[in-house]
Amino acid sequence: MTTNRRGWVWLLAATLLLAAAVVLGVMVGPAGSLSAANWNIIWNVRMPRVALAAIVGAMLSLAGASYQGVFRNPLVDPYLLGAAGGAGLGATMVIAFGRAATSDWFVDPLPLAAFLGAIAAVTVTYLAGAAFGSMRTSTSLVLAGVAVASLTSAIQAFVLQRSSDGVIRAVYNWLLGSLVNASWHDVRLVLPYVVVSGAVLLAHRRHLDVLRVGDDEALTLGLDVRRVRITVVAAATIGTAAVVSVSGLIAFVGIVVPHAVRMVCGGSYRRVLPISIAVGAAFLILADIPGRMLQNPAETPLGVVTAFCGAPFFMVLLRTRRATV
Amino acid sequence: MSELLFGDLSVSYDGRVAVHPLTLAVPSGGWLCLIGPNGAGKSSVLRSACGLVAHGGSVTVAGVDTATMSTRRRSRAIAFVPQVPVLPADMTVYEYVLLGRSPFISYFGVASASDRAAAAEVLGELDLADFAQRRLETLSGGERQRIVLARAIAQGSPVLLLDEPTSALDIGHQQQALELVDRMRRERGLTVVSAMHDLTLAGLYADRLALLHEGGLVAQGSPAEVLRAEILSEFYGVSVRVHYEDDGTAIVIPNRRTRV
Ligand SMILES: Nc1ncnc2c1ncn2[C@@H]1O[C@H](COP(=O)(O)OP(=O)(O)O)[C@@H](O)[C@H]1O
Ligand SMILES: [Mg+2]
Repeated sequence: MTTNRRGWVWLLAATLLLAAAVVLGVMVGPAGSLSAANWNIIWNVRMPRVALAAIVGAMLSLAGASYQGVFRNPLVDPYLLGAAGGAGLGATMVIAFGRAATSDWFVDPLPLAAFLGAIAAVTVTYLAGAAFGSMRTSTSLVLAGVAVASLTSAIQAFVLQRSSDGVIRAVYNWLLGSLVNASWHDVRLVLPYVVVSGAVLLAHRRHLDVLRVGDDEALTLGLDVRRVRITVVAAATIGTAAVVSVSGLIAFVGIVVPHAVRMVCGGSYRRVLPISIAVGAAFLILADIPGRMLQNPAETPLGVVTAFCGAPFFMVLLRTRRATV
Repeated sequence: MSELLFGDLSVSYDGRVAVHPLTLAVPSGGWLCLIGPNGAGKSSVLRSACGLVAHGGSVTVAGVDTATMSTRRRSRAIAFVPQVPVLPADMTVYEYVLLGRSPFISYFGVASASDRAAAAEVLGELDLADFAQRRLETLSGGERQRIVLARAIAQGSPVLLLDEPTSALDIGHQQQALELVDRMRRERGLTVVSAMHDLTLAGLYADRLALLHEGGLVAQGSPAEVLRAEILSEFYGVSVRVHYEDDGTAIVIPNRRTRV
């Protein structure tokens, strides 16, 4: 069918965009462009940073698109069910209760706490949503997510209010999201989760297309709506928690990228999911470049750049094209 | 033997009874029409039959209780057209009709050549082939109803449930849609249960009518047996006349309350 062929063309275009972004990301930085002299910087600083940006961008975009499909709402992002709040709380706890003391620990507790915090928060949301409402409607789940997010931010505020300025600053920096300290170690840490989560989500793209006609009709078309929703939410959450644990809370990617993809290539998840992976990776690599150049007094956090570029872009797209899930 | 059997089927929402136990049998290839005032329980009966609301009693298709079927298995036995289908604006007609093949695609599978052929065949049969690449948002009301029907028929289920399939259509498109259902019923041997408000049309197309009132089955039988002025007046709370044509067609006409 012609629509399928167009899908391949878009995927190819997105892949080329990603390739260009990778080249640019590796070439540009305060230490100058490619040369043998700064090979060390390129291999140990820029390349892991580009790789991590690609992984984080791809995962947040894929998870965002999947969440949007499973909740049939174009405005939700992968932080919807409390993943951001939980990760933020986990990170806050580690930073507030002695980040210095953990420097020689075998396992860095900061990403671990953020990861577990995100998973725990979404699990609580799911259990609460399931206990208080019929799981056939996702509304109760979303409301439970709002409640859990408020709870985590209340606890976080309580802890921070008793902390020193240094701790508050460190937490704030983490929350904004950044890849300043990206290393190959981080890449190795998150890659397995991202690969598994990505494979599961991609395997459900046909189910997300069936869900576009709503829970009820999807059920009469033979889709086990509840199982698909749990599986997709779990996979998206694990992937999101993994990338958030090393990057902090990078805003807007999970909404803007799938949206932009949908507006250009149509709403079918068979296309939206794979193309969002490539576009999300490219977007975050590019968004990470200005931060490296704007160094004074400190590097501009990536989350600030994504929101700063993403929001106007999003508004323009909303003006020019109509959004559908 | 009856293809579809509601045995003491009952529905309640949060303890409030919406459908009192009722028993109805629809023979293979038959067309049963549920009639009754708004809120009588017509949709509840249809929705419980396809697993969207919990029910008491049993629903059996060709002797198999749907309660024992998996979601997938049930969707191969029963196709359902809701009153207000969700039509994703930028989905194409072909993609939409292909959704009807979902029950036949394995969990991690993709639509096979035979699924695509089945979707294309239904589009052809319903004279929709030219629409295949049209986006759903560009269709008129009558065209929408036809592609929704096409999706249900592509599902290949022996039982087709329709919830007020014609309520949003003008008289010409009502006739077109019902003729289409009737043709599919005859060509594919479908067993049809529909909820309908237009009593004249209900009597014209269905071979049996069941009148629901406040969740109870108050009358059932052939159109001539159910479409009687005293029955309709009692349960709809209006005064009507029923006029019979020579060919037996019943025409239901409301009486004006006050004549000038
Ligand atoms: N999801 C629901 N929750 C609670 N009550 C419902 C629900 N759906 C229907 N009802 C109630 O059940 C009764 C029958 O409704 P319904 O089956 O939709 O009637 P009909 O289709 O004949 O108009 C009505 O009183 C309606 O208010
Ligand atoms: Mg109804």
